[in-house]
Amino acid sequence: MDARRESEATPMKNRTTVERKSERELVVTRTFNGPARIVFEAWTKPELFKQWWVPKSMGMSLLSCDMDVRVGGKYRLQFAHGDSQSAFFGTYKEVAPHSRLVWTNEESDEGSVTTVTFEEKGGKTLLVMHELYPSKDALDAAGTGAADAMVETFAQLDELLVTLGASSGRRDK
Amino acid sequence: MVQYTQARLDDSFAALSDATRRGVLEQLGRSDASITDLAERFHMTLTGMKKHVGALEQAGLVTTKKVGRVRTCRIGPRRLEEETAWIERYRQLWDARFDELDKVVEELKRKEKVNGRKKRE
Repeated sequence: MDARRESEATPMKNRTTVERKSERELVVTRTFNGPARIVFEAWTKPELFKQWWVPKSMGMSLLSCDMDVRVGGKYRLQFAHGDSQSAFFGTYKEVAPHSRLVWTNEESDEGSVTTVTFEEKGGKTLLVMHELYPSKDALDAAGTGAADAMVETFAQLDELLVTLGASSGRRDK
Repeated sequence: MVQYTQARLDDSFAALSDATRRGVLEQLGRSDASITDLAERFHMTLTGMKKHVGALEQAGLVTTKKVGRVRTCRIGPRRLEEETAWIERYRQLWDARFDELDKVVEELKRKEKVNGRKKRE
């Protein structure tokens, strides 16, 4: 049941876990097979960040990536999704090299605060990403947004689940 | 608990990866049906339909009950909770990102090793 134990049991592919800690908080964890200074670098240098933030399965491309990684510095990511474009931007609140990053998301008044910690142990790094939303609705909406970015298979599955949920719900009455 | 749910979701997603099986689930969402009914509706052999129903049953999406010579299929008992599915999609997104980040980390480690060797030379 413990995510960390599980990732140690399978050294080839480390497990990503997501947990909803409360109505307003999400926590994502993952271990990387490298020292914290390297993992931190990959989160803070745009030329490296660009290589992993938008995997192919998202069906989007990253048009630009500006990151001024210092307290009070801004970041801005510009995406293309089909014919439409969107941006992800905000401010860095805390920058502790190789151990901690905190930034705000400022696309709306309901933006989240993200805290990423990097904890090195035996040459590996445990990464914990904590997202705090101003309300439950904001978290739900953000989750739906992230889901929209995922591949069509999931959209189709969603439709099916709604259909199934509706019909089996009726049956229970 | 979370890990258990994710393993079950893997089964569900695998079961749902097939168009016929999705069709069968939709059909069963409307009404229970026998394997014979389903085979006819989807223009399949009984054996073929039994396999599809078996996959859905294993994923916990369908239950079957044999009465006399007729095996009746119905939806359930386990329904995918909307929230669980949502979290799983979010996890898949981050997992895909982190797989790419693994590659970046490997590349940086490789470069450091090469640079370290140069410095010593």
